Amino acid sequence: MTYRQAKWGEPIIFELSKESKQSFIIDDMFKEYANEALSKIPEDLRRKSALKIPNLSEVEVVRHFTRLTQMAYGVDVGPVPLGSCTMKYNPKVSEELANDQRVTELHPYQDEETAQGILEIMYLMQRWLAEITGTDECSLQPPAGASGEFTGALIIKKYHIDHGMHYKNEMIVPDAAHGSNPASSAMAGFKVVKIPTDSDGETDINALKAALSERTAGLMLTNPNTLGIFESKILDIADAIHERKAFLYYDGANLNGIIGVVRPGDMGFDIIHLNLHKTFAAPHGGGGPGAGVVCVKKELKEYLPTPIVDYDGRKYFFRYDLSKTIGRVSWFYGNITPIVKSFVYLASLGPAIREVAEISVLNTNYLLKKLANLKGISLIYGEGRWRKHEFVVSFDKLRKETGVNAEDVAKSLLDRGIHAPTIYFPLIVPEAHMIEVTETETLENLDLIADAYKEIVEKAYVNPEELKKAPKNTSVGRLDAIVANHPNTLAPTYKHVLARK
Amino acid sequence: MPHHWIPNSSYDIRKKMLEYVGVKDVLDFFNDVPEKLILKEPLKVGYGRPLTEYEVKRVFNNVISKNKLPPIPSFIGGGVCHHYVPSVVKAILSRSEFYTAYTPYQPEIAQGLLQAFFEYQSVMAELYGVDIVNASMYNGSTAAAEAVLMSSRVTKRKKVLISKAVHPEVRDVIKTWCFGAGLEVIEVNYDVSTGETDLKDFESKLSNDVAASLIQSPNFFGVIETKMRRFIDVTHNAGALAIVYSNPIALGVFEAPGALGADIVVGDTQALGNGLNYGGPSAGVLGIKEDKELLRQLPGRLIGMTKTVDGVEKGYMMILQTREQHIRRERATSNITTNSALEAVASVVYIALLGAEGLRRLGEAILGRTEYLIRRLRSVKDIVAPLFANGLYFREVSFKVVGKDLSEVLKKLASEGIYVGPQLSRFYEELPNCSLACVTEVHTLEDIDTLVSKLSEVLGGG
Ligand SMILES: Cc1ncc(COP(=O)(O)O)c(C=O)c1O
Repeated sequence: MTYRQAKWGEPIIFELSKESKQSFIIDDMFKEYANEALSKIPEDLRRKSALKIPNLSEVEVVRHFTRLTQMAYGVDVGPVPLGSCTMKYNPKVSEELANDQRVTELHPYQDEETAQGILEIMYLMQRWLAEITGTDECSLQPPAGASGEFTGALIIKKYHIDHGMHYKNEMIVPDAAHGSNPASSAMAGFKVVKIPTDSDGETDINALKAALSERTAGLMLTNPNTLGIFESKILDIADAIHERKAFLYYDGANLNGIIGVVRPGDMGFDIIHLNLHKTFAAPHGGGGPGAGVVCVKKELKEYLPTPIVDYDGRKYFFRYDLSKTIGRVSWFYGNITPIVKSFVYLASLGPAIREVAEISVLNTNYLLKKLANLKGISLIYGEGRWRKHEFVVSFDKLRKETGVNAEDVAKSLLDRGIHAPTIYFPLIVPEAHMIEVTETETLENLDLIADAYKEIVEKAYVNPEELKKAPKNTSVGRLDAIVANHPNTLAPTYKHVLARK
Repeated sequence: MPHHWIPNSSYDIRKKMLEYVGVKDVLDFFNDVPEKLILKEPLKVGYGRPLTEYEVKRVFNNVISKNKLPPIPSFIGGGVCHHYVPSVVKAILSRSEFYTAYTPYQPEIAQGLLQAFFEYQSVMAELYGVDIVNASMYNGSTAAAEAVLMSSRVTKRKKVLISKAVHPEVRDVIKTWCFGAGLEVIEVNYDVSTGETDLKDFESKLSNDVAASLIQSPNFFGVIETKMRRFIDVTHNAGALAIVYSNPIALGVFEAPGALGADIVVGDTQALGNGLNYGGPSAGVLGIKEDKELLRQLPGRLIGMTKTVDGVEKGYMMILQTREQHIRRERATSNITTNSALEAVASVVYIALLGAEGLRRLGEAILGRTEYLIRRLRSVKDIVAPLFANGLYFREVSFKVVGKDLSEVLKKLASEGIYVGPQLSRFYEELPNCSLACVTEVHTLEDIDTLVSKLSEVLGGG
């Protein structure tokens, strides 16, 4: 596919305009009152020098940012097969409805009686997500997956303390886990114990058993794991964890491959987080906002962050009286607009949600089969296993044979109008490409992606230098990470740029 | 069954793909799942069956119409208020090249997004008077909590001093996070005559094992912390870091917290073209002055300007990623991954639209309305306004009702289409029958007059 991204030499907003223009109009009807109030404010608290922010006309602002959007690439532009990120198509009906004034202009402190609509949506989401995960109660408060993990880790910590088990201070995390798992555990004060992956691509159950002790507070796992492989010994793992009076935590980032087919709660997981911006089609927003939901089994319900939404058969209301609550992990009630988008998504699909898992798994294994035998590509883990939501291939062989590495391949995909997958993750796979096409990619695009890979690896063996120069069809060529990160050239703001001139 | 969001669910395509892979049924892909775990029944989610787009709109409309919006803009405060969201902000945010993009891990194809984040970092640094602002936290509450944890890592101390005039839900969030990190939170009283943080109490609780202090201005009561510089100085004298929480919408008229000496600044972008969204999402601002230790411990993503490898062109990419979870794992400065990128874009579009002049005028417009509201409230019998007589207010005003039950009063007002709140007793037991009221650029003189006359009507009438 030919691709040329727009390339605007767009100035930084501070350099956009030579002249000062009439900016967005704010009335001055209260000028005399303002002057009076200003006169009472101590001198040192009043802004003395004018802000160094230009005054622009509306059209300048609109063109500037519209041009910037033309130098971006999202799911609406083409495939974004980022593994672990579940970059599925975001239905437009969800966007339209979540932008309803009755959502966007609703104040979090208005009387519950005047917010029954949103409370009903939140309540139904709590119920539906409990049903999907096989748990009993959910909190919509965490703003993203990582904060859901942190919430879960705090629940585990508080439970153990409440039950006199202060010594339970270790969280076990597989080496293939997402970085936020160990980071969240550490934030909750746990010591992180790392366990390896076996050659079948599963958590090494012997190493896990050896790592267990009375200090074990919990195990954070995702299933299917970050290699896209289902942890087939999950019931044994759950037993081993529970025997130690520890908890099994589910990182729901990979739910897309099993939703409606198996439930983490049934596998023995006690606490689960979901990423509504992955599995439930809320858009990723260029990095956020997302919405994390934490669901737990009955035994842990009283530990959830407050408030949760309840229903007395007549009206919906917030409950603040969970007796063991860990408290608030974030203010108000969660990221409501993504929650509404996911509500619309789930309401639309209903029980057909299982189709999501079936087709995402079909797409994954279809594409894997197309790529598996390409020159220079290997699997490293789990030969012969079906993948679920994603798969990981290694370009280690390609690098050794041609000098072309995973990054070069990624940049070459960009040149072909395809967003690169997640690269160099999980860390246990050298020169990794982690590919997740989700259920929303067409067969034609799967073939297109496969063809692009084929063309790239073949080129690597004849003209590796050309791939090293990629990308050239994006708005800029490959960027210099050393200049970007060096203390002498570090420039995180415009002020730094000026100072360096 | 086939669905239009799932293209390969069409019968023929599914069949063709299964044949290519060499399996009969998709369930074969799940042959490694213990048989007894496979669900035999469809999940009970949604409305029992898939809905068409026009059906789902109807269902949604039925539900959402149970939300009530007041005919004149709400006067409810409590950290977030009704502000105007310009059409330009909505238009840019609806560009799906932005909103359907992922985090820009492939910078060459995401320069537009990265430049927008870089501009966000730059305008926020200018507004708050600091050197570096990250690419956003989830919201103001988690930005404050991150700042607290960060201060402990930098100073290696385990106590934090937090004013009780800081938003109660922000304090709650900090306490929860501190439970995880093993830090002790010490709360400082507020002065009942000004509504400001009590300097004496602050000084008496400050010691050499305190990592940081946190004050908010304007604080939860709407009051300006006029002794800000003093709080910062005494904090520094104890070898601790000064964290200041400010509302960016006030910074067109008020001095930047960074210029007053704050080491870490935090805030929330709700007021900057973000909408209320029933409390979220918005973006959390977190900034620092240029300092090696602070920078090393900074949580969250950071964007920087760089050059192409051939040195010819400028470009943007994520920088100092070795602080982050995907590289540093359990030793990362935070677990944050997804942040509030799009809300950060909303606020930089908003700031670009207003410019320095607009931000100043906006600050004054709100200040003027606040002054007017106080004057009008003062004239009402049975109202003590402002609650803290010697405080200076911005945007939000606290007041007390005497002789009538406030809950009843607010209910009655709401039934007349005037939304006021929240009640302070919800967070401060010692402040019964008190409420906040918030005024912003969206409120006209008539709106405020209506509020006040309805209020006196409700108070006066039986
Ligand atoms: C496996 C996994 N776990 C956790 C997370 C963290 O989720 P979030 O980005 O929503 O914080 C992610 C995604 O970023 C992930 O891929």
